[in-house]
Order: sequence, then structure tokens, then C-alpha cells
Amino acid sequence: MIPRTARTVLGLATVTALASACSLSGGSSGGDAQQTPTVTLVTHDSFVAPQDVLDAFQRQSGIKLKILKSGDAGELTNKLVLTKANPIGDVAFGVDNTFASRALNEGVFQAYTSPEADRGPQRYSVDPQHRLSAVDVGDVCVNIDPAYFASKHLPEPKTYDDLADPKYKDLTVAESPATASPGLAFLLGTVAKYGEQGWHDYWAKLKANGVKVDSGWEEAYTKDFSGSSGKGPRPIVVSYASSPAAEIGDDGKPRTKALLDTCFRQIEYAGVLANTKQVPQAQKVVDFLLSQQFQSTVAANMYVYPAREGVDLPAGWAAAAPLPQDPATLPADQIQAGREKWIGEWRSLMGA
Amino acid sequence: MALAHGRVTQAQTARTAGLALLGLLPVAFLVVFFAWPVVAILGRGFSAGGVDTVLADAQTWQLAAFTLVSAAASTVVAVVAGLPVAYVLARVKLPGVGLARTLVLVPFVLPTVVVGLAFRALWPDGGVLPLVLANAFFNVAVVARTVAGLWSYLDPRATEAARALGASPWRAFRTVTLPALGPAVASAAAVVFLFCATSFGVVLILGGGRYRTLETEIYLRTVDLLDLSGAAALSLIQFAAVLAALALGAIARKRRENAVKLKQSAPRRPRKGEWWTVGAATVVIALLMTPIAALLVESVSTPDGWSLAGFRALAGTGTDDALQVSGWVAAKNSLAAATDATLLAMTVGVLASVVLVALRRAPGRLARGMGETMDAALMLPLGVSAVTVGFGYLVTLDALPGDLRTSPLLVPLAQALVIIPLVVRMILPVLRAVDVRLRQAASTLGASPARVWREIDLPLTARSLVAAAGFGYVVALGEFGATSFLARPDAPTLPVAVATLISRPGELNNQMAYAACALLMIVTVAAVALIDRFGSVRGHGTVGEF
Repeated sequence: MIPRTARTVLGLATVTALASACSLSGGSSGGDAQQTPTVTLVTHDSFVAPQDVLDAFQRQSGIKLKILKSGDAGELTNKLVLTKANPIGDVAFGVDNTFASRALNEGVFQAYTSPEADRGPQRYSVDPQHRLSAVDVGDVCVNIDPAYFASKHLPEPKTYDDLADPKYKDLTVAESPATASPGLAFLLGTVAKYGEQGWHDYWAKLKANGVKVDSGWEEAYTKDFSGSSGKGPRPIVVSYASSPAAEIGDDGKPRTKALLDTCFRQIEYAGVLANTKQVPQAQKVVDFLLSQQFQSTVAANMYVYPAREGVDLPAGWAAAAPLPQDPATLPADQIQAGREKWIGEWRSLMGA
Repeated sequence: MALAHGRVTQAQTARTAGLALLGLLPVAFLVVFFAWPVVAILGRGFSAGGVDTVLADAQTWQLAAFTLVSAAASTVVAVVAGLPVAYVLARVKLPGVGLARTLVLVPFVLPTVVVGLAFRALWPDGGVLPLVLANAFFNVAVVARTVAGLWSYLDPRATEAARALGASPWRAFRTVTLPALGPAVASAAAVVFLFCATSFGVVLILGGGRYRTLETEIYLRTVDLLDLSGAAALSLIQFAAVLAALALGAIARKRRENAVKLKQSAPRRPRKGEWWTVGAATVVIALLMTPIAALLVESVSTPDGWSLAGFRALAGTGTDDALQVSGWVAAKNSLAAATDATLLAMTVGVLASVVLVALRRAPGRLARGMGETMDAALMLPLGVSAVTVGFGYLVTLDALPGDLRTSPLLVPLAQALVIIPLVVRMILPVLRAVDVRLRQAASTLGASPARVWREIDLPLTARSLVAAAGFGYVVALGEFGATSFLARPDAPTLPVAVATLISRPGELNNQMAYAACALLMIVTVAAVALIDRFGSVRGHGTVGEF
């Protein structure tokens, strides 16, 4: 005889399961999945694509694209590493040059050369097997609030060295490379500029000059930086080359400015995951990310530059967010070899 | 005779079997969605080696010390601030008390990133003080509502007797009321300590990288450095600290068994010296409301003056589609996920509580030992890092049918994990208080265990069930840690949408973030107001430990 309680338990469990299923299945259309293959694109939290472009891809390719956001570039890479044997998706986008070597060394991606790659993305190639294709390019640069310098009759800073100049004491806010990706890019920029030894001295000077270090971009940009809506006290912040494009006032002019001599280039890659069961479909998704159609959306939606050549940028970008001509960069292997060590050294140097 | 005896034994066997089955579901849930993922990810850390080096590092222990000391400080602040509020909620009859009861819960659900930024506005350089205060800010509600739950049932005659014998009000409070409240205070303090010791976003923003805790370091090593062995070592220490806090809380709760006789007494207007306490409570509530008011102001201000643009923008997806769905859809997602999480947590939590009570009443030390172990195990999800659980899901749940790792079900599952301990803490004491003789009488008259539960326990505990479900619902609405790991972009909850919006440049996105945050507060206040209406039939504080 089954005790009554057992039946109650089963009943409750069924009710719970049904209730959960009811309110959760609202968004997905079950019948669809049977006909069209669904390919999962694993990406970072900043991924944005217009729905009509995604819909057009589905119509043209017959592939339904499911997007799975998974943290920032570092978190995404680490999740892909942890799940490489049985990946949570079929194709990934958003592993950048600061984490590319970790993903490649761990065998997360498989070789694929997209026919679209010769339209520019190949310039940023990181490995001879072409396991990763460059999708977009963004630069982390120091941003300033020109109004502040105008009101104090102070010349605007231009270079890394200026930030350490006593003239600009207590004016800079940066992010910790341990917890924020622009912070890591800024540290890498100083390593590229001053060398594996020299950066220690530079940061010691920055510290003496009152640089403030926040743990995330949000606090630095929205609370400490004077050029954003937060109207903080500091007119110099580590952000992106494209940030001024989001700070355009009523007069159509940007209220902030990126210092183009203080940039470190971040390149974001896409690739087919090593153990996916849908190789040809995943390859089509890589082609799509490199296509003219998708590439023309990245500037307005993700504040980055397309990797493809000859793609139009939104109006105003030429003035507000020009692409730096000569940004600092480091080989992915050198970053992989040094990343954790530099972060550790930086933390003990800065007492963070 | 022999026949009757046989019937009793058979009934007992059936009851034991039923109990075992009842206990199976909560245990299975915890094993599959908590223990297995956590053990799997820690196991990877251990097999990678180097755990001993981290444990031998002096810095590790500094980190542990700072975590414990700052969490203890926040707990003290929350208790000191929460007590006068608890007094007002439980004892005072004044206009506005009902509103205060609702409002004190709002801080508890605010997204940590927003509260962090609000405190940064007051203390631009961050530091230990704002960190301690912010963690306390979140948890005053836990103390106020837990303690008020017991306080409204304390027999006031003991205090009056002490006063009649010449004790000053302070002395009467110290020697009569406080000892009686002790178990509730200790129980609340244990929960608050757990929340503070594992708080993440606030420490990150207000600690500014200078002040780190075990939790932020576990996050950093797992998410950014993929240093799983370092994370495993730190998790061990955190685990030990959590177990210690749970043990202390359990000892304090045990003392309640023989607590003073409870008798519901009607709240009344305060007299003379009691106004000081009311004043203190008013100050605390005003302080709690300050950051909230600041957030509301921020949601309607632009460089060009007041504007509702942020709220209007909630109908859309933000500048350049910062969100994948509109703010309203995110609000709907929050409501749906919280509903599922509450259903799950109530099922698991109520079953667990029923089993715990039965185990406690069962004869023999073994059963009681099992009960205590299960009680502690149910609390553990509060003390384990969300990132540990989240990354654990990645390496385990693909073994289950349907590959749950990327399922939208994960969000309510993870939220339920957070709520279950709270549900158990609220239902358990009331369930224990149900008179055993009533149940025995019903059983003797031939009622099955399920019928006894339906006819006796359920009606007697209905109020605290509603209160627990409501509180769980509110916590799920605001849950961010686990949700942020698991929420899918096409189905963000409101707190996740707030975090996404605030991490993008641009005026409108910023306003929209604060508007979404205001929306979250409004939804919370509405939910809490409804719950308090149903949960406190006689115009009293909610029963249970919250």
C-alpha cells in the first residue's frame, strides 16, 4: 500500500513541475525547434544585435540562433574552458585578445576559416589554424571631461606620462585590472608602453599622483568621472574610445573626449566550439558574424568597430569616436604568460 | 488486544515510510541542485593541487579575519538598529506603523550594485565604514521583522511586574524583555551574519579593491583567474565560518524551547519614556529611507531638470537596445521567476519542516541527530558562494536529462535554493508550537498523517505559510547573485536589467537603470503590502522568525 503522504508528495511535485512549466514556457515556441535546427551562440553580456538582423539570418540560413550570454570576456572564456568536453553552445563570440590564448591552449575551439575572413578580420588573426576569427575591435582609452579643464584653465592631458604629472594630481580614476576588463586593458597598455619592468615605476608614480582605483567601470564612470551624468569630482577616467559617442549633448556634440595616445586594443573573436555536434551550422553563424549585414550593426549596438573593412560607421562617430591610429597592443601569448603575474604584482604594488 | 497492537505497529510503519518519502524530496533537491555542483567544482580545485599553499598563506587568514570582523560589525549595527524598529512594529499603535512594516523590507530587495552606488554618492572614497553600514542597511529588516514576530507574543505582565517592583524601564527591558527576546535576536543575527559574510557586490563597490572578503576573492579566483584550487581553499574557510555561525544560531534557538509563556497582547500608544524608543525607530527608518529616496530622485533627474524619461523608456529596450527585452518584460520575468521559485521553495521547505518536526518528536537520539544535521544542511545554501554553485552547475548538470545548464528553469531553481532556508526558519518554529496532543488525538481517532496535517497543522500554520511564501517571493524578486549567473539575456529579471543598464554609458541608460530600480521597489512594496494584509489577520506582525 502506498501511504497517503507519498501520494501527496507526488501530487505536490507534479503541481510544482506543471506550474513551473506553465509560466516558463511562455517565451519559447516548442513546435518550431523540430523543423529548424537551433544553434546556440555563447557570448558575453555586452552582446547586442538588432532583432531584425537576427531574424533575417534565420530566414536566409534556416538556422534558429539562440543567444546565451555568459558574463564578461574572462568569465565567458572560463565557462567555455570548464565545459569544453560538452559545451553549453555550438559557437562562441566574445573571447578577446586578453583571453584568447587561454581558450586556444585549452582546446576550446576548432579550426575554421570563414570565406568572409579575408575582408579584414584576418588582420587580427591570433593563430595559424584560424580557430578564432576577429569580429570587432575596440580600444580602452583614457577619457576626459574637456569642460573641467577649460574651466580650470588647465591644458588637457594627452599621454600616459601626463597622468603622472603633478599638474593632474588627484584627477584620475581607473579600474582594478583584477575585477574589471577596462582596468586589465589599461594595465596591459602600460605594460606595452613601459615594458615588463618599467610599468611598475609608472604605476608607482600614478599612485603617488593620487590615482583612484575602483573595482568596476560603473563606479568609476558613473560616480567618480565628472563628464558623465553622475558629475563626479574627477575629470579623467579609464573607459573606451567609443564612450564619447554615448555622451552626445543636445547640441549634437560629445561632452567627453578619448585620449587617442592612451589606448589599448581589444579584439573580440568568434569561433566554432570544439565538441559541438552541429559543425556546419556553427560555421554559418561565424560567417554571419563576419558578414556585412552583422558588421554594420556592431558600432551602434556594442560601441566597437567592425573588424571587416569598408563598413559604414554611424553618423557622428568620426567626430565623437574616431578609431585610434596607433593603439598599444601585446601578443596574446605574452598576455597569457603574464596576465596573472602582472595582476598579482599590481595588487601588491597598489595595496589592493 | 493483540490485533489492536498490530494495527498500531502497522500505522507506525506506514508513518515512518511516509516520513521517509516526505524527507526524500527536499534531500534529493538539495543533493542535486546544491551539494553535487558544489562538491564537483571544489573537487576540481582540490585535484588541481595547491590548496594547502593557499591555506598556509598569511594573506588568506587576513582575508578571513576581515570578512568575519566586518560581517560581525554589520550584524551588530543591524541588530542595534533593528531592535527599536521591532519594538514599534510589535508593540506600538500609531498611524504609520503598518507603512513602516512594509517599507523596512524594501532595502532587502534592492540590487546590490545600485545600493553600492548610492552609498558611494555619500562616501565617494568607499572604505570600511560605508561597507559595514551598507551590509547592515540590507539586513535591518531581517532583525526588525524576526524579533517583532516574537515580541508581539511576549506576555507584557512580566515587564509590568518588574516595573511595579521598582525597576527602571531600562532595567526591566534588560533583565526581563531582552532575555526573552534573546533566541529571536540570536537567530536573526545568525542569518544576518551569513548574508553579510557572503555579500559580494557591496564589498566590491565600497571596498574599492582595497578591502576584500572571502566571497569577493572566491569570485575573483573563479571567474577572472580560473584559479579553482585557490577558490576551493577559500571556500573551505568560508564553509567553516558558516558552520560555526549556524551552530551558534542553533544553540540560541534551542533555548527558545522553554522560553517565556507566550501571550498575544494588543499594541497600544507609547507612554512617557517609550517615546524615546519610538524616536530611535523613526530615526532608523528615516536613515533606511534616505538611500531609497536618493534613488527615486535619481530616477527622475537629468542634467536638464526633472524628467520621467527613464520611466517612459522602460517600455523600450534602452539606448541602442542595451536590453534584449523591454523593462516591463523584465518586470514580468521577475514576477514569473519569483512565482516559480516560491512554489518550489514552499514545496521543499514545507516538506522539510514537516520532516524536521517529526524527527525532533521521534524518540531516540539518532532521529534527533538526523534532524539537526538536516536543519543545518538546509541553511548551507545561504553560506556558499553563488559563483561556486553557478560554476558547479556548469560541470554537473549536463549529466541530467535535458541539459539543464542553459535552461530558463535554472533561475527559479537557484532562487529557490536561497529562499528554502528562509522558508524553513519561518515555518519550523510555528509548526513546532502546534500542540502535540491535538495531533495525537486526531491520530487516535484514525486520521491518516496527511489528514492530520490537513486538518490540524495546516489551519494552525496558515498564517506563517502565507508569510513565508510572501517573504520568499520578495527575496526571489530581488535575488541577484545566483540569478545574474544564470539568467538568459532574452529573459532578464529586473535586478539583472538594472545591472545591465548601469554598465552602459549614456544618460538615458543611466536614468532607465534607476527607473527600473524604482519599479522593483514599487513591485516589492505592493507585494509586501498584500502579504502583510493576508499574513497578519489580526493586524499583527507576521508570525515566525521573520
